[in-house]
Amino acid sequence: MESGLDFTIVKDNLLYFMIGAYPEGKLGGIALTIYLAVAACFFSFWGGLILGLMNVARNKAIRYASGAFVNFVRGMPLLMVIFWCYFLVPGLFGQPVGETKTVIIALSLFTSAYMSQIVKAGIESIPKGQTEAARSSGLKLWQVMVFVILPQGLRNMIPSFVNQFVSLIKDTSLAFIVGVSELTHVATQINNRSFVYPTEIFIFIAVIYFILCYIFTEFSRWLERRLAWRKSI
Amino acid sequence: MLKYEFDWSVVTSGQYYDWIVSGLYLTIQLSAVSIVLAFLLGLLIAVMRMSSVKPVKWIAHGYLEFFRNTPLLVQIFFWYFGSYKILPQSVNDWLNSTNFEFAAAVIALTIYTSAFIAEDIRSGVLSIPKEQMEASRSGGFSYLRSMQYIILPQAVRITIPPLIGQFLNLTKNSSLAMTIGVAELTYQARQVEAYTFKGFEAFTAATLVYVALSIIITALVTLYSKKVLHRTG
Repeated sequence: MESGLDFTIVKDNLLYFMIGAYPEGKLGGIALTIYLAVAACFFSFWGGLILGLMNVARNKAIRYASGAFVNFVRGMPLLMVIFWCYFLVPGLFGQPVGETKTVIIALSLFTSAYMSQIVKAGIESIPKGQTEAARSSGLKLWQVMVFVILPQGLRNMIPSFVNQFVSLIKDTSLAFIVGVSELTHVATQINNRSFVYPTEIFIFIAVIYFILCYIFTEFSRWLERRLAWRKSI
Repeated sequence: MLKYEFDWSVVTSGQYYDWIVSGLYLTIQLSAVSIVLAFLLGLLIAVMRMSSVKPVKWIAHGYLEFFRNTPLLVQIFFWYFGSYKILPQSVNDWLNSTNFEFAAAVIALTIYTSAFIAEDIRSGVLSIPKEQMEASRSGGFSYLRSMQYIILPQAVRITIPPLIGQFLNLTKNSSLAMTIGVAELTYQARQVEAYTFKGFEAFTAATLVYVALSIIITALVTLYSKKVLHRTG
């Protein structure tokens, strides 16, 4: 066997790695990975915000119900959540739902549970005196939340949100399992076709994922330093 | 919505019950082997990361960043499909003589988790006052001996709750081993679905097992944190 790695396979398929069969076929590859991560991040931000607010609600029933939901989802592997969605979502909508949408729903559900913990911590990091002060100057409870607590709490949590986004980028690789042609799926396709370059192909996509994730990890660290600096003055 | 006939007997007795139990057994086996190896490797990387020898520190740093910022699934595929080209022939022979799917999953899970564990251990060590290291150094211990006898025993105790969190993640992450044909819990749940079309029952069984594992372990950690960590301050 010849030793040494030969990356021609990557060079020849570079465009396919980047955008899949697009524009003749569906969007795929790195572009789809980013699309999945951004879409799921958007939905799970709102999902996490709602769940996080429910988690700190005064009403006990709401608090326990949302807490139970969050702990339940966090106890499950993401793969299981994807299978559940794949299995249940078409029934709920009464019609077939595309794989891509199903995966976005699964990723959003899963990540919302984690985002809610970030939101909760953000809200709890704001001193109680602020709520009392805002209340005594005549604001309603929801106004206190929307105008006083959340703007500060969420700002402190931005680095954690970015970290969650990094996890999301990594998690999109699981879409492979239901046949969504994101980067990992494209890689296995090319691997099945060429058969003799698995090492090169998987090293290449690992590096791509690394670059994507590392940029955001560093961004989150930079934000954290900036926030720390801001607090210190 | 489709009419669905529930049949819980599928997963509570008989052949399919045995499948689920054997899946659970393999999940526990996979997680237990990987967590022990990941802890040892993580400890090594953490010590290297804090070393004063620059190249050693950089290698550890690069290791941490690379493996934390790459999807586990891609790492599993790399070890399963692509590692033969970069490993020595003797290692390949040995791997092929064992259960290669299981071995590849253990390698991937160990390396991925060790990177997270190393960071947990490092923050545990950083929480030990610097004076302790200085005192033990001036008392005649070498750097490694001070780590071994003074710093690590304390740091590891502080690190136990996050470590158990990593163990939980590892257990959930082990579900990805199904993609290379390791017949663990998620794999078996999917098998049962494929054979019986009773997906709801099969996924419920697997989900409950995962969630139960996670609730039990989380409860134990909470107890530990309250009893042990609180006492020592």
